[in-house]
Amino acid sequence: MQMSIETQTREASPVSTDPVLTLDGITKTFPGVKALDQVSLELYPGQVTALVGENGAGKSTIVKTLTGIYQPDEGTIRVAGEDVQFTTAQDASAAGITAIHQETVLFDELTVAENIFIGHAPKGRFGMIDWAEMRRRAREILDRIDADLDPDMPLRDLGIASKHLVAIARALSVDARVVIMDEPTAALSHKEIEELYELVERLKAEGRAILFISHKFDEIFRIADRFTVFRDGKHVGAGLISEISEADLVRLMVGRDVDQIFPDREHTPSDEVLQVVGYSHPTEFDSIGFTLRKGEILGFYGLVGAGRSEVMQSLFGITKPSKGVVKIDGDIKVIRSPADAVDNGIVYVPEDRGKQGAVIGLPIFQNITLPSLSQTSRAGFLRMSEEFALAREYTERLDLRAASLDQDVGNLSGGNQQKVVIAKWLATKPKVIILDEPTKGIDIGSKAAVHAFMAELAAQGLAVIMVSSEIPEVMGMSDRVIVMREGLIAAELEGDNLTPETLVRHAAGIGEGDQ
Amino acid sequence: MTDASNTRHIPDRLQSNAARILKSWEVLLLGVAILIFVANSFASPYFLNAWNLSDATFNFTEKAMIAFAMALLIISGEIDLSVAAIIALASTAMGAAAQVGAGTFELVLIGLVTGLTAGAFNGVLVTLMGLPSIVVTIGTMSLFRGISYIILGDGAYRGYPADFAFFGQGYVWWVLSFEFVLFAVLAVIYYVVLHRTNFGRTVYTIGNNATAASFSGIRVARVKFILFLLTGLMAGVAAICLTSRLGSTRPSIAFGWELEVVTMVVLGGVSILGGSGSIPGVVIAAFVMGLVTFGLGLLNVPGIVMSIFIGLMLIGVIALPRLWAKWRA
Repeated sequence: MQMSIETQTREASPVSTDPVLTLDGITKTFPGVKALDQVSLELYPGQVTALVGENGAGKSTIVKTLTGIYQPDEGTIRVAGEDVQFTTAQDASAAGITAIHQETVLFDELTVAENIFIGHAPKGRFGMIDWAEMRRRAREILDRIDADLDPDMPLRDLGIASKHLVAIARALSVDARVVIMDEPTAALSHKEIEELYELVERLKAEGRAILFISHKFDEIFRIADRFTVFRDGKHVGAGLISEISEADLVRLMVGRDVDQIFPDREHTPSDEVLQVVGYSHPTEFDSIGFTLRKGEILGFYGLVGAGRSEVMQSLFGITKPSKGVVKIDGDIKVIRSPADAVDNGIVYVPEDRGKQGAVIGLPIFQNITLPSLSQTSRAGFLRMSEEFALAREYTERLDLRAASLDQDVGNLSGGNQQKVVIAKWLATKPKVIILDEPTKGIDIGSKAAVHAFMAELAAQGLAVIMVSSEIPEVMGMSDRVIVMREGLIAAELEGDNLTPETLVRHAAGIGEGDQ
Repeated sequence: MTDASNTRHIPDRLQSNAARILKSWEVLLLGVAILIFVANSFASPYFLNAWNLSDATFNFTEKAMIAFAMALLIISGEIDLSVAAIIALASTAMGAAAQVGAGTFELVLIGLVTGLTAGAFNGVLVTLMGLPSIVVTIGTMSLFRGISYIILGDGAYRGYPADFAFFGQGYVWWVLSFEFVLFAVLAVIYYVVLHRTNFGRTVYTIGNNATAASFSGIRVARVKFILFLLTGLMAGVAAICLTSRLGSTRPSIAFGWELEVVTMVVLGGVSILGGSGSIPGVVIAAFVMGLVTFGLGLLNVPGIVMSIFIGLMLIGVIALPRLWAKWRA
């Protein structure tokens, strides 16, 4: 059966102009956000289509729609000209669509062969798994992609690149017509990336349609045949790669209508409060150096995995740097734990609100007073009235929307949880506040409130570091931007140098030839 | 946002404290305790007697002392299953000291220090080495009691000083035993520590989300280490009371108590997953368990059946709070 489909797909020559998969007018709304707005996408057999867009443009939503995880509110999905509806992941898989994710969704405790055939293992008599047949076919598929892997090896013993190979083998085992690759090279080394490109060529030659999601322009121009650009959940362009320049693609991706209003700010930074020199980590980042002044908002831009959060978490005492110096108000400080960081006036609002930010299960006021208990208590004994007073002061400043201050913080919306986390830190009267993706996944209203509040904090003389992957936010809020790439500072941009294009170029390493 | 007229007023609380208490697990449990009390008084004519009731408290006082510290430990998301073995170890240490003529003061000191040391040992393995407490304390459970068996074999230590008997057999006033008074004082202390201090607040915070607690500047490992120390210390205190009450030490002393202590804590409404629970709940649960075992004892129910009962109770109390939470929601 496998062979017959293979010959069938081979019939579709790479020059065929009929798309194998067509999305039309797809709209998907989440509470407060229109993630996809009437988008279309066409994938052609034997061709690689690059899907380009900023974070939040709707790329992951479309992948989830294609793989049956999300159901669109409107629009049609056609596979080989027939209307289909994916209500489960199995439906999408049955239609020949498979995805290889950034972080592979495989099973560490199972073997290579088991991972390849999970869900569709060859069955023998009495419905038992035919292990010999499974190994044989796994071997066959692995050979086809030149993967030198033992089918009986447990997956956990493999590196990330080999895991990708297993994911690809899995895609071949279901004989996928459409292969989605979501930033497949993000975690790979140079050599492994080359091997992946070869594989993509092979998949193309077999007539499979490939949707390739990447932030790296060099690889888009190297392996893609077509492109589709999403911006803010809308389809803004598509065409042949051979007919567009890098610069035009960048412009298409970031150019936007002024649909978000950022607070007007006077940039009047004064004394230097934080100085970081030669800050390094064995694997995550190297030679990071920057200064931060009172009243300044310093943006940190970069692709996912560039090492921005790792630097910030290290400054906050979560991970240990291998070398480097941190000076606060000119004095060298050694920060070994978050408690040390808080004592020295550095606070951190993490990206992962639910796991690292809010203590779900505790009421709002207890979340806020957590690092300030010494302030609200007397000789170690709690004083609830003081706690409520402190919580009230800061929740009102942040315009929190909640039923009561003793409500479980877990019952709040993402935006309001974020306000609670920010309120918690402001109550400690910090010198430096680090906000990691402060508006990720929160509604427009809360976003504006968080932005306005950041501006207010800077105006009051607080030094703010904002890690953000959203270009409008970086542009709209920062006085100065540090762009990181692969654990290093790629550029420091300010004034006229700070444009969406320069941000993207430095983050992706375009035109520097050192990639 | 700086516009005051636009700022909504958020009330401190929607529900009064009284309403909250009335709907709590503790009140339900108190009802159960009263029912058992009444049932017992009908079941046996010997039950409603001041001295009998006083005797009944010995069924739970020593276990409850450990349960207070264990409650804090479980709320923080950890557990110590070696507590009964710590009793054996501490009792053996005291017995050995008594053989060479140690006085009451020295014996108490030895009991407490042994408990603290054992707790510190657990604490180091869990907090410094990052091992899961359930595995660590199953291991130390065998280790501590194993040491007792090696030292004592089939034998027993006797010959404790006469005034050492006060801790387990003495009365402070009329029917109020020293143990019961100590239990009451410890209940108050643990209530204050858990519900009225910054330390207690950090215990809840860690139990709900240890990562966010650490990201909020709480020294999570330090707090957990202190809780293991406290639990070891309470096992030491219980060892003093129990050894004094029995007047002898065998390596099988307090065998299986860890389950009864955990049952008491969970019955008291402490979530086995950590993050919630209260000392009043544990106090009431102590009375419930004491009354049940005493009632069954008066009815001549054999010990084997009682242990079946304890097992059923442990399963029941883990299931019941979930049903209770569903019913409330």
